[in-house]
Amino acid sequence: MKPRQIAALGVALIFLSALFLAGCGRHPSPSSEVAAQAPVRTIENKGSDTLVNLALAWVEAYTALHPEVRISVTGGGTGTGIAAMINGTVDIANASREMKPEEIAAAKANGITPVEFVVAWDAIAIVVHPANPVNGLTLQQLSDIYTGKITNWREVGGEDRPIVLLSRESNSGTYMYFLEHVVRLGQKNDLLFSPDTLLMPSSEGISAEVRQNRNAIGYDGLGYVTPDMKVLAIARDENSPYVLPSIETVNDGSYPISRPLYMYTPGEPTGQVKEYIEWVLTDGQALVAELGFVPLKNAGGR
Amino acid sequence: MKKPSSQTRVARLPSRPLEFAIESLIRVLGFSAIGFVTLIFIFLLTEGLPAFLQVRPGNLFSTRWYPTFDLYGVLPLISGSALVTITAMLIAFPMGLFTAVFVREVAPNWAREVLKPLIEVLAGIPSVVLGFFGMTMLAPIVREVLGAPTGLTALTGAIILAYMSLPTIISVAEDALDAVPKSYRDASLAMGATRWQTIWRVVVPSARSGILMALMLGMGRAIGETMAVMMVTGNAARMPEGLQAILKPVRTMTATIAAEMGEVAHGSTHYHVLFGIGLILFAITFLINLAVASMMFQKRSRGGLR
Repeated sequence: MKPRQIAALGVALIFLSALFLAGCGRHPSPSSEVAAQAPVRTIENKGSDTLVNLALAWVEAYTALHPEVRISVTGGGTGTGIAAMINGTVDIANASREMKPEEIAAAKANGITPVEFVVAWDAIAIVVHPANPVNGLTLQQLSDIYTGKITNWREVGGEDRPIVLLSRESNSGTYMYFLEHVVRLGQKNDLLFSPDTLLMPSSEGISAEVRQNRNAIGYDGLGYVTPDMKVLAIARDENSPYVLPSIETVNDGSYPISRPLYMYTPGEPTGQVKEYIEWVLTDGQALVAELGFVPLKNAGGR
Repeated sequence: MKKPSSQTRVARLPSRPLEFAIESLIRVLGFSAIGFVTLIFIFLLTEGLPAFLQVRPGNLFSTRWYPTFDLYGVLPLISGSALVTITAMLIAFPMGLFTAVFVREVAPNWAREVLKPLIEVLAGIPSVVLGFFGMTMLAPIVREVLGAPTGLTALTGAIILAYMSLPTIISVAEDALDAVPKSYRDASLAMGATRWQTIWRVVVPSARSGILMALMLGMGRAIGETMAVMMVTGNAARMPEGLQAILKPVRTMTATIAAEMGEVAHGSTHYHVLFGIGLILFAITFLINLAVASMMFQKRSRGGLR
């Protein structure tokens, strides 16, 4: 009985491996054909979900001009993109925050010196339900709201309603920016989001809740704001003017919650990657405003 | 008579080596399932155990979950999962039991033929669809009718989970009721008991262990559910306090793993802690399954049902 079973296992294994080999064998033929046709190189571009729509628009326009270049864009978040660049699997990483020191150290340990490009600016809009009577907040009020010090809209001139805090998930670059520059007001303290903050897995989650809940307050990139939400004007302090986010107010620096968006390359870019990034920084800027971001040229003063 | 015998002879001659190959293939595939489960468990252990070594127990079993700032308190996540699951079972178990009793004992034959496949269709609805339904339809109802600040609460999640575990509970409980011998019912009715008394005093109690198994399996389904829960519970990692906690957002273990695993740096403490949470979840579902298995053994030794 026993040797028969072993033989059976052996036969089955051979059968399985034959299947695998057959599967593998198919791969080389099409790719070698492509390689023979033209030296098409695929540029891998991965990272921030904030940037992904803009990156796709850039790629669409760029490949229309340069059909010999192929660029594949994937999202997944800033951390994912940077990790992929550190591992050497992508040519360009999109990021909605600067690389952390430990990420740079990890890249250096892999023999990679990341090079940073600011490719656009993004304003973070504070959104509420359209029926909310509050029109503006100071940064200090915003910080107090998100740390849980202020829990009722009455305290900031609104109706007698509890405040429901909405935030992106903690892995999002937008979350980190908001924490450092709004909740902590750019200072080195250990303030954190209130534990009552609802962490929404997507921008759509925030939009859906803000649209239907009069108690809610949320934040998101200006590009994700739709007309059925109310955008709040923000003031640096009580004596400053309340400013709504727009391309102009980000450009002249009067809107306080805006941040640069980055592309990182492993080492100085060369060849097609270099040409692509140069195009993004010049002609590509025309597309930036269309997608709700702020183009570079005018923001140069910051 | 002649035809089939010649057919079998024709079929048998070339089939022997083929049959042997197919048989052994099936055997290998069968064993590979066990192999994969073992590999997954080993993987979970190697990735999850470092969490318990790298993070001090005082931090790990605290109430603050801010993984980006090295605060890895998993208690809000465990209690969040527990709150949602238990509430879901409080809703789903009576509903499932009553439905099973109705389908098995009360409904006329034609209704049973219609109801059973419909209940099984319920099980096929993708959880993301239910989550979307919960987010856009159920959450406003919970907010407006119950006066909660937001509709994304533990209760909303529990209702969706109850809905998702209903098909499991109903079909397992129904099988248990089905397995009660007809002689029990006949004896009870012959003693002059009404139909109601027969159902609640005889049939249901003798199907008890099967009904408990339905509860446990439904619970296992609920505690492991991810997508729908992530969409409707609000994901705020706060400790549930008091009765009104049910109308507040919670963050479950599954939602935490799903939301954070995508972006965590490979091999970091946060990464290991997420696997550690997976390990805790695995232990909980394993205990539930163990309870079910022991119940099944009990059932067999009593010789009653199936």
